[in-house]
Amino acid sequence: MSEHGSIGPVTAQRLSFAAPITLAAGITLPAWELAYETYGTLNAARSNAILVCHALSGHHHVAGYYADDPKNVGWWDNLIGPGKPLDTNRFFVVGVNNLGGCHGSTGPSSINPATGEPWGADFPVVTVSDWVKAQAQLADALGIEAWAVVVGGSLGGMQALQWTIDQPARIRHALVIAAAPRLTAENIAFNDVARQAIITDPEFHGGNFYRHKVRPTRGLRLARMLGHITYLSDDQMAEKFGRKRRPSAGSYGFGVEFEIESYLRYQGDKFAGWFDANTYLLMTKALDYFDPADACDGDLAAALAVAKAKFLVVAFTTDWRFSPARSREIVNALVKNKHDVSYAEITSPHGHDAFLMDDHYYHAVLAAYLRNVAT
Amino acid sequence: MTHSLKRPDFDVIAGWMKAGESVLDLGCGEGELMQLLASRGLCGWGIERDPGRVLAAIENGVNVIQSNLEEGLAGFEDQAFDHVVLSRTLQTVRHTQQILAEMLRVGREAVISFPNFAYWKNRMAVLNGRMPVSDDLPYQWYDTPNVRFFTMLDFESLCDEMGIAVRERMVLDEHGNNVTEEHNFLGSLAVYRIGRDS
Repeated sequence: MSEHGSIGPVTAQRLSFAAPITLAAGITLPAWELAYETYGTLNAARSNAILVCHALSGHHHVAGYYADDPKNVGWWDNLIGPGKPLDTNRFFVVGVNNLGGCHGSTGPSSINPATGEPWGADFPVVTVSDWVKAQAQLADALGIEAWAVVVGGSLGGMQALQWTIDQPARIRHALVIAAAPRLTAENIAFNDVARQAIITDPEFHGGNFYRHKVRPTRGLRLARMLGHITYLSDDQMAEKFGRKRRPSAGSYGFGVEFEIESYLRYQGDKFAGWFDANTYLLMTKALDYFDPADACDGDLAAALAVAKAKFLVVAFTTDWRFSPARSREIVNALVKNKHDVSYAEITSPHGHDAFLMDDHYYHAVLAAYLRNVAT
Repeated sequence: MTHSLKRPDFDVIAGWMKAGESVLDLGCGEGELMQLLASRGLCGWGIERDPGRVLAAIENGVNVIQSNLEEGLAGFEDQAFDHVVLSRTLQTVRHTQQILAEMLRVGREAVISFPNFAYWKNRMAVLNGRMPVSDDLPYQWYDTPNVRFFTMLDFESLCDEMGIAVRERMVLDEHGNNVTEEHNFLGSLAVYRIGRDS
């Protein structure tokens, strides 16, 4: 195996929790499951565990590949493995699919034991705090008293931040990447257009499309196309697509003419083919609700006063969905509390999606920070 | 005399601070001063713009915030830090008065070190027709990051003009030894502790 190798074939696992969990919405799930994967070895002191939190469309398959599906490589595989920044020779890395997800954890497409049918529209809205609560129970089950690190990008970074507030004794380092302390009106507006695209699709059936054996793929496709625009940067789109046209394109019509149209439709179709529409609604709502400062009259520093973790905050120059200025709000609130925090602002053309990309400086910063994390 | 990390001004700066106090180090480089201060029980954050130095500072285990000085200071609240340090950097900042005012807005005190252009060897160099180059001014005129050229007397009169009090001053020669007389003539590097009296 090379120094910076793949973790190799991995196996997804699933854990059932018999104790009910009560969510912020006031609804209790009587029994629930989490899908997760682990890489590396938990040390005897159980002090080398890293939790990787996923963003809107992510899941627990974070690194490696499946033996029976070698092309299905984990979504953060460039970061996790032997010799990589999240070095599995040192750390025990855990990826988890959140409650409300559609990759094996209990969510809207799971069977509601009360009805024997998929939850559908009845599945409760979940919050970032709910996820932290569920992840803490996974930590209990794995025998992890405190995470050495909780890391995530975008909505995943928000979970890392929430961990430091909800479970301050159980997290030693938080890596908050391409995140924000709360969504702006513009962010919420984008999310609502995406939700409206799904909800108004005739095949959505109020969220209970499963029983009609259909899927609201048109709505989901539009939602993803819109989202995708906001994950890229104007510069990058100009460079990659510009005003280039398809060789076979006609003109003066509404077919696929410009390359960007073709690209977005392809991304939309691909996503709509596998993602659950109700999960998309839940994830965007969790984003909208996220606002840890709200409990302290909008004072983020007051909300972070309880945190005990050390922080690394990372932002990307062309990320306009969660701009560097939003990350600086987090940094300033941490400094106000005299918490340990470093902040790196990565020059990247890739917009919000940069947190998933293989960038030398970005990965060097994560590697340098993590080398100083004691195990 | 032995100096920490070959930076005699760091010893002076650290000597003016107490364990438990908070420090903001502007242009912190690879975080050497922060490491020294952390070892003496202070908590601190550095501001640094250069990606390579930010990476090195993170490797050195210090708190570093990647930003330029102006933006770096704007987000902090009034009197957020006990000390704000600007070591060997004031001569590279274009907006001199603005940075001094900002330092004393976010910090209770500011510590500033800078090369003294009136040091006798610098004067000699100019008398001999060349711009000075020394350990404290290690650049050629064509590659220097310095944009403001000033002396100890110039700095003190600006402080006076801005209503800033000089609380302490330490002047060092090229070897890092204390200069006790004829400061503006014999001093190569000046370190000031400044604040506002009101």
